[in-house]
Amino acid sequence: MAARLAEEWFAICGGCEVTILDVGEALLDILPKLEIVHMPVIMDHKIYGQTGERTTMEIPEADVGIITGGIRNEEHKQLAQEMRKKCKTLVAMGSCACYGGVPALANLSTVEELYEKVYRGSVSTDSDGIPNQQIPALTDRVYAIHEVVPVDVKLPGCPTTPELFVQAVTALLEGKPFTLSGKSVCDECPFIREKKAVSTLKRPLEAIDFKAGEPMNTVRCVMEQGYLCLGPATKAGCGGSDGTPRCIRAYMPCRGCFGPLSDSANPMVDMMGALASVGLDAKQIPDRAATFNRFAGAQGRLRPTPTKGGKAS
Amino acid sequence: MTRTLVIQPVSRIEGHAKVTIQLDDSGNVQDTRVNVIELRGFEKFCIGRPVEEMPRITTRICGVCPWSHHLASGKAVDAVFGVEPPPAGRKLRELCNSIAYMEEHILHFYFLAGADFVMGPDADPSVRNVIGIVGKVPDVAKRVVRVRHMCAKMLEIIAGKSIHPDAVVPGGFSKPLLSSERDTVRKMADEAIDLAKFSIAFAKENIFPQYLDVVKSLGVIETGFLGTVKENGALNLYDGKLRLMSKNGSFVDFPYEKYTDYISEHIEPWSYLKFPYDKRAGKFSMDLDNSNGIYRANTLARINVCDFIDTPLAQAELEEFRKNFGRPAQLTLLYHWARLIELLYNAENVIRLLNDPEIVSTETRKKVVPRAARGVGCVEAPRGTLIHDYTTDENGILTNVNLIVGTTHNNAPINMSVKQAAKQVIKNGQYDQGILNRVEMAIRAYDPCFSCATHKFDGTIPVRIDIYNSDGRLVGTLAN
Repeated sequence: MAARLAEEWFAICGGCEVTILDVGEALLDILPKLEIVHMPVIMDHKIYGQTGERTTMEIPEADVGIITGGIRNEEHKQLAQEMRKKCKTLVAMGSCACYGGVPALANLSTVEELYEKVYRGSVSTDSDGIPNQQIPALTDRVYAIHEVVPVDVKLPGCPTTPELFVQAVTALLEGKPFTLSGKSVCDECPFIREKKAVSTLKRPLEAIDFKAGEPMNTVRCVMEQGYLCLGPATKAGCGGSDGTPRCIRAYMPCRGCFGPLSDSANPMVDMMGALASVGLDAKQIPDRAATFNRFAGAQGRLRPTPTKGGKAS
Repeated sequence: MTRTLVIQPVSRIEGHAKVTIQLDDSGNVQDTRVNVIELRGFEKFCIGRPVEEMPRITTRICGVCPWSHHLASGKAVDAVFGVEPPPAGRKLRELCNSIAYMEEHILHFYFLAGADFVMGPDADPSVRNVIGIVGKVPDVAKRVVRVRHMCAKMLEIIAGKSIHPDAVVPGGFSKPLLSSERDTVRKMADEAIDLAKFSIAFAKENIFPQYLDVVKSLGVIETGFLGTVKENGALNLYDGKLRLMSKNGSFVDFPYEKYTDYISEHIEPWSYLKFPYDKRAGKFSMDLDNSNGIYRANTLARINVCDFIDTPLAQAELEEFRKNFGRPAQLTLLYHWARLIELLYNAENVIRLLNDPEIVSTETRKKVVPRAARGVGCVEAPRGTLIHDYTTDENGILTNVNLIVGTTHNNAPINMSVKQAAKQVIKNGQYDQGILNRVEMAIRAYDPCFSCATHKFDGTIPVRIDIYNSDGRLVGTLAN
């Protein structure tokens, strides 16, 4: 019998849903094993009934529930609770659902400051006030799903990978356990590390040192070249079946999209240690808090900063 | 009795919205609203970040069109630093843009909107989706899944990562294209153009003729249009000047940084999404009989504003389209047709760029130096003109950010088309799921991405349709 699947998306970009499509033709083999009962991006199940006849929202019962995106408004909170109630196993997919993701950079500001900028402080906007009719109120900050309801499986990544999605769904269908790698991005990076920086810290305003076509394993570690890379403080797995971390393939430093090494890890502390160990001074990095927690701003890792001179920046 | 119908969520679109339909005492449509129910606040939380990080942050506005944000952001950052990428850097960017377009137009036509036509507007909702299509036309579905995925693979080869890429950097592109990689991608491009040719031929034979009555009536409104053209008036999706066309076909051209002279954004209390309009009109009105300042973006707009297309197959399609529907063409469901012309243009453009020897030059990036400046970068995102506007201090730290995304331009037109469609299909209180789906079809034509459009706060625009009675009491809801 096919397993029933429900999917909801909250404060999202849709990249995790596209990642499911990036499973490619193999997806056509998985689909017959699933009965999708709710998934707004591809199907027309309505939460208040097909003709809007219900007064309370309803998600059908499902074996597996997947949520992408963090919680940004009151309706997300209610839907998360309804998903938890109706789904035997609940999966948080993508770094937004697991750690808040990029939208949790908003946790550096209060909700009032956000409204002020978007609806009053924009160069191209007529100033007519803040929308508040027929739309759900925003929550005080962005929450990861597990801060609101218990989550059984986390699939990190911005976006997560097709491989992780398939592994997790296959394990769930077969009733087998699913665990994530305990390694860091550096453990999977082919660049050479000699534990010593050859430059002081530089902003990424020029190309790293490499020759077109040279093997990846002869290029010097990005951080040892002096460019901030979050590889040491970031969970491995972004490279999928290829193995090489995705940003490294483009000769770009990691920015931490697979999230902290563990739920309790503090990327700020881990990165300070990693930078010091190759002789770099973390104090030279502009915008440290937001950079080290770019994908992990929920769970209290990012908070509003006191404003200077009484004026929101 | 008066009442309100709510469609929530609007489905088979990207992001969240709901539709609220208010019926009068006799059960006819009094008013409708497309409520966009999310906000992420990128414009706020990007302030304080180093500007060179923006192409890697703003991708997260949208995972469906991350390349559009990546590129618009890269161009805005170039402008802030005052640098022009080397020719290969520029061409690699445009190549990625065209490949990403193919992926997204295939996604929308076959996976999201196509089910309304292949399965039918009134089909059971449990099969009126891509899984239903897989069951009904398995060979087409398999080919479509394969080629869309192949486009993602092409982007991975060229840029390392297809969703939320990072290869577009201030001053160019981070990774040169090797000749061996070019050869691999070039073969894939042949398969992509075959699907592009097949798609428009398939639709012209099997879909558009069958639904011509629907095309001629559903969601029809008259508006102006906004798009990008090259200096010579040719369609371009990566670079050029903005062209704002009026209902009557007259137009004005202007450079990116002048957008605030031509576009204003109106706010309504019932949507987190703003309503851009043509500033020259003086005031904003969505009144169906007497609208003012409304223009549209996305495929139909671009096909209308361009004088011609500089690739032969797409130009032939444009000529046929104009012979049938004139310029500007106003019928809303023609967005789908225009989308398939663009799919063909992008497939041709990918091959043209890959055949250019300069694409494999190793000089792809220039060094940049921070300074205090303002920079505006635009591209045509699949869903419409995308504007990124950044201001930095002398250290290159952002002090101001303004974004107008493709779907936002279409906020007012979508609301108008929904009202027109609802008035047409809901009569005397009679409606069922198929009729309400027709209201959603008027939305789907615009391929809205409410994730993009709700970048403002949390960036997701959930769509929900609420139906209110004449006392303003909520009587029903539909949402995504």
